[in-house]
Amino acid sequence: MNLTLHVWRQKNANDKGKMETYQAKDISDHMSFLEMLDVVNEQLADKDIDPIAFDHDCREGICGMCSLVVNGTPHGPERGTTVCQLHMRHFKDGDTIYIEPWRARAFPVQRDLIVDRSAFDRIMAAGGFVSVNTGGTPDANALPIPKKDADTAMDAAACIGCGACVAACKNASAMLFVSAKVSQFAYLPQGQAERKARVSNMLAQMQKEGFGNCTNFYECEAACPKEISVKFIAKMNREFMRAKVLKD
Amino acid sequence: MKLDPKIPSGPLAEKWDSHKFNMKLVNPANKRKYKAIVVGSGLAGGSAAATLAELGYQVSCFCYQDSPRRAHSIAAQGGINAAKNYQNDGDSVYRLFYDTIKGGDFRSREANTYRLAQVSTNIIDQCVAQGVPFAREYGGLLANRSFGGAQVSRTFYARGQTGQQLLLGAYSALTRQIGIGAVKMFPRTEMLDLVVVDGRARGIVVRDMISGEISSHAADAVILATGGYGNVFYLSTNATGCNVTATYRAHKKGAFFANPCYTQIHPTCIPQSGDYQSKLTLMSESLRNDGRIWVPKKKGDDRPPHQIPEDERDYYLERKYPSFGNLAPRDISSRSAKEACDDGRGVGPTKVGVYLDFSDAINRLGKDVIADRYGNLFDMYERITGENPYETPMRIYPASHYTMGGLWVDYNLESTVPGLFVLGEANFSDHGANRLGASALMQGLADGYFVIPYTIGNFYARSGNSDVTTDHPEFKKAEAEVTERTKKFLSIGGKRTPDSFHRELGKIMWEYCGMARNEAGLKKALEQIPKLREDFWSDLKILGSGEELNQMLEQAGRVADFLEFAEMMCYDALDRDESCGAHFREEHQTKEGEAKRNDDNYAYVAAWEHTGVGSKPNLHKEPLVFENVEFATRSYK
Repeated sequence: MNLTLHVWRQKNANDKGKMETYQAKDISDHMSFLEMLDVVNEQLADKDIDPIAFDHDCREGICGMCSLVVNGTPHGPERGTTVCQLHMRHFKDGDTIYIEPWRARAFPVQRDLIVDRSAFDRIMAAGGFVSVNTGGTPDANALPIPKKDADTAMDAAACIGCGACVAACKNASAMLFVSAKVSQFAYLPQGQAERKARVSNMLAQMQKEGFGNCTNFYECEAACPKEISVKFIAKMNREFMRAKVLKD
Repeated sequence: MKLDPKIPSGPLAEKWDSHKFNMKLVNPANKRKYKAIVVGSGLAGGSAAATLAELGYQVSCFCYQDSPRRAHSIAAQGGINAAKNYQNDGDSVYRLFYDTIKGGDFRSREANTYRLAQVSTNIIDQCVAQGVPFAREYGGLLANRSFGGAQVSRTFYARGQTGQQLLLGAYSALTRQIGIGAVKMFPRTEMLDLVVVDGRARGIVVRDMISGEISSHAADAVILATGGYGNVFYLSTNATGCNVTATYRAHKKGAFFANPCYTQIHPTCIPQSGDYQSKLTLMSESLRNDGRIWVPKKKGDDRPPHQIPEDERDYYLERKYPSFGNLAPRDISSRSAKEACDDGRGVGPTKVGVYLDFSDAINRLGKDVIADRYGNLFDMYERITGENPYETPMRIYPASHYTMGGLWVDYNLESTVPGLFVLGEANFSDHGANRLGASALMQGLADGYFVIPYTIGNFYARSGNSDVTTDHPEFKKAEAEVTERTKKFLSIGGKRTPDSFHRELGKIMWEYCGMARNEAGLKKALEQIPKLREDFWSDLKILGSGEELNQMLEQAGRVADFLEFAEMMCYDALDRDESCGAHFREEHQTKEGEAKRNDDNYAYVAAWEHTGVGSKPNLHKEPLVFENVEFATRSYK
C-alpha cells in the first residue's frame, strides 16, 4: 500500500519544529508501524534527507521505549497495543497518517519524535521502591500473600512506563503511571512499611515535574498499551487520603 | 599468558563459602573511597549498581536507553530458576547444578555453575522482599512450573512478564540509590571505549547520545553488564539496540573473548514474514508445557491445519524424544524444526515454520486455564500475525536468542584485564555450550546481587585505589580515537546505510554460522566478512553530524564492531571441530543427527586474544576439569 505521512520534525530541544509531508511507498500490511518507518527512513536517506528520529528498542511491546502519537492517539488506534506492535494491516492504501511525539510540558522534545521522559525516573526515585538492601531477606515463602492480592499487584505492576497516559491526558497528568506503582506496593505486605511516605513523596514529585492532575476523563486507560485500569487512580487517591488522615 | 580461572580449592559445595571467607574486605568507612563504573542497567548491571551503592561504594551507571528500566532483560517472559524445592519434587542445589552442566553439554566451569545454583535461592528471597509480584497459589505461597529441559518444577514466574518484573525490582533498588545520590546515572549514554592504564582498567569513554559530546569517566574498577551479541545475525529476538560494542572494545583493549561460537537459537519464535523485518519475536518457551509441536507427515501438504487428520501429523519431538517430548532442550528442538522444514514439511506461507498446537490442552483444561497461563502471549501472537491461536495452531520457527559466549572471566568474574569485571550475558562462564530455559535471569541477578559485591571488595582491598584521573594521557588518547572514528564515519560519503550492511552481515552469519555449521561454510563466511567490512568503510552513508542526536551514526558504530566481531565468531566455530550444545558442526553428528562431542580434544574454553583487525586472533585454552560430574552423552529420548 502507499501512504501519506505527516511527521513532526524538530532538530533539537530549542528548535521550533514543524510538520513535514512524506510519501511511504510499497508498504506491506505485515509490517509493524516501526518497520514502515524504517522503510521510509531508508527512502529518505536515499534522497539525503535526515531520517526521522524515533525511540524504539525491544519492538515487542514491553520495554516502553516507543512513543508515537498516531492520528492523535498515543500508540495508535489498536487497544492495548504499543506502536511497535501495531501492524500496517490496520491501515489501508491511500491513508493519510499524522505522526507526532508525546506532547506534555514535562516531556520536552529532544529531536523529531523523541522526548525526554526522565521525569518518570525521578518520580520513581522519590518512592517507587521497597527500601530493602541486598541480602538478609526472609525466605520467599515465609509470608503467604493471597493470590487475589498478588494478582492485583501484578495488574498494576504491568505498567511499562512509556508515558502514553500522559500524552493522552488533556492535563498531561501522570496519575495512572504513579498510581500503578503506588497500588502495586499497597496490595503487597512488603510495601506496607513505607506506604504513607511513598504515595505522598511520589505525588509531590509528580507535581514538581509539571504533570497535571486527574479530572476523570479516563483517556489514560484507553491509551495504555498494558490496559492499566483507572481503578488504581482511585486506589491511589484513597492511599493519599489515608496518608494525610492517619496519625503516625 | 596462562589463563588462571582462580577456582578455590576444596570440595565443590564449600568453594564459595571458603572463598568468601578468604577474600579481603574493605572497611565500611573506606568503601566510599572506591569508585565503580557499571555499564548496562539490565538484571546484572542494575542489580550490581544498586548493591554496590548500598554497600557504600561510589557508583556511576551508564545505559544507552532513555531509562535504566528499559534494558532488554525486560523482555524475558518465562521465568527464573531457583533450587528452592518448594514443590517437594526432588530438586536440590546439586540437581540444578547438574542440570545446568549437562544442559551446557559439559562445556562450562563446574565451580561457577555450582555457585550459580547455590545463590539461586537467595535471588527469589531478594525479589519477593522487593515486592516482585510472582505468581502464587490460592494458599498464598509461590507457584512454580517446569520449564524447558527440567524434570522438576523450579521455575518462578510473573505471568509472561518475569523479566520485566525482575528488572523493575532491580530498577527500583537502583532508583532508590539514584534518589539518595549514591549512584550517578547516565542514561542515553553509550560506552565507546575502555581505558586501560598500566595494565589495569581505569575507566571508559562515552558519547552523550543527545548532544554528541564525548567524555571520559575514571574509576577503580569497570564492570561491563552489556548483554549478548545475538544481533550479529541482524534478525534476533534481541532489542534493536543490543550490540557488542562495549565487550568488543574491551576485547580490543586486551580482554579475551571466550567461546563466541556458542549462540543459542530459541525454538519458539514467530517466523519471519518479509525482507523488511527488523526483529523476530519470541514466544515464551513455557508454551511448550501445554502446546504440542507438529508438522504434516506428507511433504508439501498445503491443507489448513485443522483439515490434517491426527494420523497424518508428525509430533516429531514426542516421537523422537518420548521422555522429554515437547520439552526437549532448546538446541534439539530448534534443529528438529529446521530438519522438518529442510525436509519440505514446513508450514505457513513461507514454509519455514512448524505448528505449536494448543487444542489438546484447551480440551483438557479449558480455554480459561490456558488464557490464565498464556493469555498475554496469545494476544501478542495475534497482534503480530493476525491469527487467533485459540483456534488455529501457532506457527513457530527458531531464531537467535541468547549468546553463551562472552568475555572470559575467572571465578571472581574478572576478565584478563585486571579491574575489568564482566557480568550476566556479557560473560561466558555459567552456561557452557547451551543455556537452559529460565537460567539467564538467574545468572544476571546472581552475578549482580550476590557475586560481584564480594569479589569486587576483594579486588579493591588487594589492589587499592589510585589517583588516576581522566587527565591521564591514556584517557586523552582514547577520546581522540573515538572522535577520530566518528569523523571517519561521517567523511566516507558513500551510498549505503548502516542498516543495509547489518542486514547483509546477518544473512552471512545465519547462513554459515547459524543453527548448523560446517567447515566449507565457515571458510566462505571468513572470505565474505572482510570484503563486506571493506565495502562498509568505503561506501557508508551517514547523514547529519556528530554533535547531535544521530541514530544513523550510533548504528554505524555498532555495525562496524559487529563486522569485526563476526570474523572472530567464525574462527571460533571453525576451530571447535566438534558438535556440542548449541554449536552444531554437521561433520560431527550421530546417525540420529545428534550433536557428537569430542571430549578428548575439545573440553576447553576457547579464549581469543585480539591481534589486530583482519588478522586471526590468538587462541588460548582453559582446560575444563570435571571433578564432580562425569562426561555423559545427553540423551533426551
